This record gives sequence, structure tokens and C-alpha cells, in this order.
Amino acid sequence: MGFVWFWIVAVMIAAYVVLDGFDLGVGILSPFLARVEDERRMLIRSIGPVWDGNEVWLLAGGGTLYFAFPLLYASSFSGFYLPLMIVLWLLIMRGVSVELRMHIDHNVWRSFFDGMFFVASALLAIFFGAALANVIRGVPLGADSYFFLPLWTNWRVGPNPGILDWYTVIGGVVALVALATHGALWLVLKAPGELENRARRAASTLWVALLLVTLISLPATIAIRPSALDNYEAHRILYLIPALVVATLVGILSFTRQRKPLAAFLSSCFYLVFMLVGAAVGLYPALLPSSTSPARDITIANSLAGPHSLRVGLIWWSFGLILALVYIITSYWLFRGKVTAEAGYGH
Amino acid sequence: MNALILDRIHFAFTVTYHYLFPQLTMGLALLMVIMKLIALRTGDERWNQAARFWAKIFAINFLLGVVTGIPMEFQFGTNWSEFSRRTGGVIGQPLAMEGVFAFFLESTFLGMFLFGEKRLSKLAHFGAAFMVFVGSWISGFFIIVTDAWMQHPVAYHLLPNGTYEVSSFWGLLLNPWAWLQYAHNMCGSVVTASFVVAATGAFYLLEKKHEDFGRLFVKIGVIAGLISCIAQIFPTGDMHGRAVARYQPAAIAGMEGLFRTEKGAPVVLIGQLDDQAQKIDNPVPINDVLSFLIYGTTSAEVKGLNDFPRDQWPSALPLLYYSYHIMAGLGTWFLLLMTAAAVLLWRGRIYASRWILWPILLSFPLPYVANTAGWMTAEIGRQPWLVYGLIRTSEGFSPHVSAGNTLFTLLGFLGMYAVLSILWVVVVYRFISTGPDADPAAGPVQPEPATLTAV
Repeated sequence: MGFVWFWIVAVMIAAYVVLDGFDLGVGILSPFLARVEDERRMLIRSIGPVWDGNEVWLLAGGGTLYFAFPLLYASSFSGFYLPLMIVLWLLIMRGVSVELRMHIDHNVWRSFFDGMFFVASALLAIFFGAALANVIRGVPLGADSYFFLPLWTNWRVGPNPGILDWYTVIGGVVALVALATHGALWLVLKAPGELENRARRAASTLWVALLLVTLISLPATIAIRPSALDNYEAHRILYLIPALVVATLVGILSFTRQRKPLAAFLSSCFYLVFMLVGAAVGLYPALLPSSTSPARDITIANSLAGPHSLRVGLIWWSFGLILALVYIITSYWLFRGKVTAEAGYGH
Repeated sequence: MNALILDRIHFAFTVTYHYLFPQLTMGLALLMVIMKLIALRTGDERWNQAARFWAKIFAINFLLGVVTGIPMEFQFGTNWSEFSRRTGGVIGQPLAMEGVFAFFLESTFLGMFLFGEKRLSKLAHFGAAFMVFVGSWISGFFIIVTDAWMQHPVAYHLLPNGTYEVSSFWGLLLNPWAWLQYAHNMCGSVVTASFVVAATGAFYLLEKKHEDFGRLFVKIGVIAGLISCIAQIFPTGDMHGRAVARYQPAAIAGMEGLFRTEKGAPVVLIGQLDDQAQKIDNPVPINDVLSFLIYGTTSAEVKGLNDFPRDQWPSALPLLYYSYHIMAGLGTWFLLLMTAAAVLLWRGRIYASRWILWPILLSFPLPYVANTAGWMTAEIGRQPWLVYGLIRTSEGFSPHVSAGNTLFTLLGFLGMYAVLSILWVVVVYRFISTGPDADPAAGPVQPEPATLTAV
């Protein structure tokens, strides 16, 4: 049962990263790609009907984590107190900036929200990447399974790390570059004309950076956490996952060159998924490893909710997720195709 | 200030601010469905236009509800980790279900409702509005189930590691407390939405602008307002109050400021609670009424606070007493106002009766106050328990998050929400002053809006 719920939560987090990832990426690229007001509108319109639904995966995933692994939820949310609160503020700023920019027809008003949209999107990507890196690196869990981390200490991976150290900063940069690439590929798919061309050029440039940071992140992870390889060594077939990461990277570039935007975007989706799966395999069965002693790791076994709750949960969760997929597919289908520049929109 | 009190203020402030938005959107979703239904049945395009106008106001409030709601789910873990660890196996369930069953539904169909009028048929667009309504009301239900378990824990058992688990899924969802609280709360939400719609109509009529729509808004607002105000008091408020008296007798004594156990206990309409001298100053009592309301007979005995151990008294007694009295007092005012308005509406005189339009306009903030006071009554009445009878509030907060860190983020939220409030006022002011007439989106060739709120 623990195995099943581990993967349920992992799938929901992956869905969040893939879906909200592209609209965060659009935010990161917004000041660089959109040069005139029409283009800025198109950019936002490309994510308009879906960004809010994408963010629901974070909430639903968080709720599911709370329900299935209460100890993990309690320990990690209170331990990562400050960065989580900052993430909340950034999510507020980002949601507000997407929705409010067009309500008042002043350049200053719009520029303010455009700036906010960019800053919040970029910082969210960095924070999410750093958060994942924190989980991989481990945290100084106490005997009571709690911890509290300041934002930074000495930037080193040691017994008293901060949220940010050299390793988690790499994680943040990987996320920033990966989501920017992901957003660029989304825009190639959705934006017309010059914006599409610019997005394609951005995707090609970002691809080089993505290759670089991915290649840096793998040895860095093994260096700070040698035990990440244990599961891979035990089941060699799992080495397929890093191979698929490389394959999707190749896919992103070659499909972009061949002008197959959907295939390129899907490659990017799978790149993100395989990166996350790779990390999850490295951690399993730990959920939040201890940086001091493996005996204090928060694992599936010691944080799992009661068996009855989980059995019942599996029934409604499956049912609810099928419904959710139906809505989501309907929505993406309804708003398929490229966005257009329409004069006189607004109210 | 210690960590416990700061964690409490942190949650109280963020949840109170958050609920300013859903209390409007849940009720407004219902009213928009009714508007769309009338348009569909009568073919009167004005009702579609009215629904489109309210959809804009709905969208901005929905957005603020979403962005201020995310911190609520996170805060169980960040500030109340011990509570989360021990009860996650129970209340994690409705919270996760809210995400899976309500939020996906709501967000998807809101996108279709706001953007899809051109792409969908009239019936399908009505369907999208209806699904938004269903989603928002399901969401409210799961939150109430969560709170109801804290108020009246049922269907659980204690595991050897000190955490709680659901023992019966249906027992949790069918918690009688949840259904009473849900009915009372959703009525309250419709009250807020009705007053906002009626007040906007009254504003247009008094302003002599968009008078056509002013009349529609007053009409639907007053009718929905009267129905919801009645239902708010009877049966939902009455039944809910009796459940509180039965399961949380110390809370009802605190709400009424009743210190001594009495037969034929009174209801005090107004008066200042003196918790030092354990009496009410300058009371205006009506004898026997409390006994009657709870037990249906004027001579029944109601237990006063003095008959409860001191460590079971609601910890913020005066605030509990005032919250309850403000809620009940405002509820009475709403009923009087809406009854008078409904009589005038029936006689066809309301649109020209400035003396009733003015109080309708000025009363629009009051349901927000009443709903907030109602929730304060429920949650302060629950103290000193976090989960009634099982976990004390002092046991639930995060042990390793210092008071200084909590104060830092509390101040951050205060600042952030101050800015949101200003933005809300600016944008809603603009929608209302532009009015439904000036909507270029009217008619079949509307340009496609960019995002949720640009309808």
C-alpha cells in the first residue's frame, strides 16, 4: 500500500511540474520574448484558461501527501517553513499578476504586473528546484522526526545545511533552465508568427544550457548522496531512466529542428518526468532522508497513514482522478490551436 | 508573544481573510446559475448580460479565493505540524478529496464558463456555469467536513503510534455536525451574495445609471436574500445551535454569557461581558428563551460555565460572546430588511423607494461581518480544544518553528493582503462603475478574452 501511495503522490507532483511548468516557463521568458503589448497579451492568453487548473495539481498533490504520509507532510512543511511561505507569496503574486494586468488600461499598471509575473515565475522555478534538491540532499532530522532549516548557512553541504547551498542552488538552476525550455516549447506550439520564431530560437539556445546543467547535476547528486545509486545497482534495468533523460533531451532538439512542435513539447514533458522519476528511484523507500543518520530517515513505512484510510482512499482517488482527467482533456481540447492577436479585446 | 498565540493569530487572520472571497463566490455561483437559467427559459438576453457582468466580479473574487486559499492547506503543515501528524489520517482525507473532486472541476469549468461562451452552445455554457456552482459547493463541503471533525470528531480510532485514522469513510462524510454546519454556512454564503447583488442594483437605481439592470439585481437579490435569511435562522441556525448545546455545552454557555446554571435561562440581547466578575453588565435579557430554544420548553435547565472545570472554558470568552451576538444581531437585521424589501418588491414599489434602497446599499458589508462572526463563534467556542475532547490547541502547533519566524510571516501576510485588498477595491470599483451595459462582450461576436477575469 505504501508503494502505491508513494507513486500516486509522485505522479501528482510530476503532473504539477509538467503542467504548471510550462506556464512558469512562459513567465520566465515573458520579458525576453514579448516585445509589444499584443505579444504580451498572446503570451498570457496562451496559458490563460489553463494555468489555474495546472496549479490545482499542487494543491491536490499536497492534500494527497498530507493524507497518505501525515508525518512527512508535518515534518517537511514545518521544517521548510520560510521557503514555503515565500513560495506561497510568490504564488499569490503570480496569480494576481496574470489576472489583473489587463483590468486597467495604463502602461504603468501593466508593466508593474508584467514585472511581477516574470519575477514570481522565475523565483518559483528556482525554489521548486531547490526544494527537490533539499529532499535529495537530506535534512538534519531530529529524534522527533522534525527539523528546521534557515534559508542559508555557509552554502556548504554539511551537517548544518541551509535551504540554499551549492548543491541546492544547482537544483534551482536546473529547474529554471528546464522550465524556461519547457515554456519556450509550449509557446512554439501555441504562439503564432514572429513570437513562435522567437520562442523556437529561445528553445534552441536554452537547450544547450539545459544539457549543461543536466550533466552537472548528475555527478553532483552522486557526490553528495552516493546511496542514490543503491537502487540502480540493485536493479540495473533502472539505468534506463537516465538513458531516457538523455533520449528526451535529444528529442527536444531534433524535433524542434524538424519543426515538430508537439513532439518537441512532449519530449520536454518526458524529460521532466524522467528527471523526477530518476530522483524518486534514488530516494526510495526514503521520502525525506536524514543528513545526520539513515536511522532517522522519514520513510514510507514510518510515515504512512493507517491502513483503512489508505484502502478507502484508493477507491475515491481513482474515481476522482478519472473525472479530473476527463475535465482536463476536454478543456485542453476546447482551447486547442494557436492563440491569436485580436484588437479591441478587454472590456 | 509566544509561538502558540502567534500561530493561532496566523491561522485566524489568513483564514478569515481567505473566507471573504469564497463566501461571495459560492453564493454568487448559485445566483449566476439562476440568471443563466432564466435567460435559457425566457430567451431574455438581459439575464445573460447580467450573468456576464457578475462573472467578472466572480472571477476576481475566485482568483483571490484561490491564491489566499493555497496558504490554508500549507499552514496545517507549516504552523500546526503536530496537529497534522496526529490527525492527517483523518482530515487529510477530506482535504485531499477537495483537491481531487472539487478543484479540478471548478478550475476547468470556470475556464470554459469564462472563455467558452463563443465556443459552446447556450445549453453547454449553462452547463459550465452549473458545474462551477457544483464544484464550489463541493469544495465548501469538504472543508466543512474537515472542520466538523475538529468540532465533533467521529468515525476515528487511535493507532498505537498516537495518530488517528478514519474508521469509517461514510461515518466521516456523514458526520451530522458537518451537514448542519454545511447547511448553515452555505445559507450564509447565499446571504452575502444576495446582499452584494441587491446592493449593486440599489446603487444603480440610486445613481440612475444602468437602471434596467439595477432592477434585475434588486429583484433577484431581494428574493434570494429573503429565502436565505429565513433559512439561515430557521431551520439551519436553530438546528446548528441545538447541536452545539448538545455536544459543546461549555461553548453555548460562553456564547450566551451564562455563568450560573439556570432553569428558564434567558437570552441576553445586548450587554457587556465581564469575565472577572462573571456577569453581564447592562443586560437586556428575555427570560426563558434560551431554555426554550435549546430544549423546546421554557423551564429546562441550561448549564452555566461555573459547572464546567475551568480548563474546559472557551479561552477567549468575551470574544466568543460578542462574536455570537454580532452574528445573531445582524441576522435579525437581515431578516427585517429583506422582509420589508420583499413586501415592497411584491407591491412593485421597491425600485422607487429610496428609503429602502439606501439601507440595502449600505448593508452589503454586513453579511461579511456576520459570516466572519459566525465562524469566530464556531472556532473560538471549540477552544481550548483543537479537536474537541481529543487534542488541545496548545498541543498542535509546530514545535520547531520559532515565534520570531511566525511573526515574520504573519507580518508578511498582513502586508501582502493589504495590497490585495487595495487591488480588489480598484478592480471591483472599475467593474461596477463601468456597469453591465457598457460590456462590449455582449452579443455573439465577442472577442476572446485573455484570461480568467477578462470576460
